Amino acid sequence: MKPRNQRMLAVGIILVGVSLAVALATQAFQENLLYFYSPSEVLAGEPPADRRFRVGGLVEADSVQRQDGVLEVEFRVTDMEQSLKVYYDGVLPDLFREGQGVIAHGNLQADGSFRADQVLAKHDENYMPPEVAETLAKHGHPVDTAGQPN
Amino acid sequence: MKLPAWLHKFASPPHVYGFAGALYPWLLGLSLVLMAVGFYGGLVLAPADYQQGDGFRIIYVHVPSAYLSTAVYALMATASAIGLIWRMKVAHAVAAAAAPIGAWFTLLALMTGAIWGKPMWGTYWQWDPRLTSELILLFIYLGYISLRGAFDELGKADRASAWLAVVGVVNLPIIHYSVIWWSSIHQGPTIKKLGSPSITMEMVWPLLLLIFAYSLFFAAILLQRLRAEILDRERYSRWVGGVVQATASPT
Repeated sequence: MKPRNQRMLAVGIILVGVSLAVALATQAFQENLLYFYSPSEVLAGEPPADRRFRVGGLVEADSVQRQDGVLEVEFRVTDMEQSLKVYYDGVLPDLFREGQGVIAHGNLQADGSFRADQVLAKHDENYMPPEVAETLAKHGHPVDTAGQPN
Repeated sequence: MKLPAWLHKFASPPHVYGFAGALYPWLLGLSLVLMAVGFYGGLVLAPADYQQGDGFRIIYVHVPSAYLSTAVYALMATASAIGLIWRMKVAHAVAAAAAPIGAWFTLLALMTGAIWGKPMWGTYWQWDPRLTSELILLFIYLGYISLRGAFDELGKADRASAWLAVVGVVNLPIIHYSVIWWSSIHQGPTIKKLGSPSITMEMVWPLLLLIFAYSLFFAAILLQRLRAEILDRERYSRWVGGVVQATASPT
């Protein structure tokens, strides 16, 4: 074998080897890499009870309740199958609204509700002028946060 | 496998030096004109977003930078592999010239993302798969640059850093698919799915034009840096002496 081909083989083997190692490592850590749990997963008891974790989903329509004079807010996060009650005391991001994707970080309380100390809005990949969004909604195609028009 | 004949010319440093010098002003000029058009389209003509208002306009810096952060890396790794396999010094010079530009694009993508993330998501930074893998990309660039600097002997620096560049390629698919493989706060790709209403025409044409313009700008800066890199590497050769005399003598 020519030295040039040997070097080519070496580059190939290193690439394949490292890719394989990284693929196996990410597979093994899949659970730790999981950034958030869905409400169904939380209710099925998947997240560890004694640790902080994140819940992701949509803010359920008509579920946001505020009290006058305080920041305390409660709402339900849904994955369209099950929903979870979330309490939060703090400033909500600009994009927070009903129907919007959110990620809440905190822990589960004894009564099965979720106490968040951080709430983030998840933006989708849709960009459009307000008029288009209105027209879509008027014709019964609101843009949902999963990214696909309904 | 043999290299095609026209490629052999590009193994000659004086040829590449002259070629890069001739191409540089054209690429730079064209990229600046297209950037002006693209920014006018994106910042003035395009409508505000239905949710984000004018805040979405940061994509005209964020998306081209993020795209180039990975594209430049792919180019750098390819050049490194060619340098390793065919012992082509000019290829190593290309990789060395590309690294700092790629690192700057990566930093720009991370910073514009953080600036956008604070009002929209509610946080500057999250240890999210997309954000973290992009940060790792920045570290690989910085590692590549420092590894080159750690050797006195040019050949050793070339080879060691080229292996690092080749190994780091593994990170590219992770960055790209991170938003698909794992649940992530970062949104999925917008431009990939043409057809469905991910983004309207008035918003997307400046974006595509700017991606092209940024790429040309990168190519121009790369060629200029490559010229400097070649002069430095060949500083004891006769042709560089000629170049230096030609630039120094007129007055």
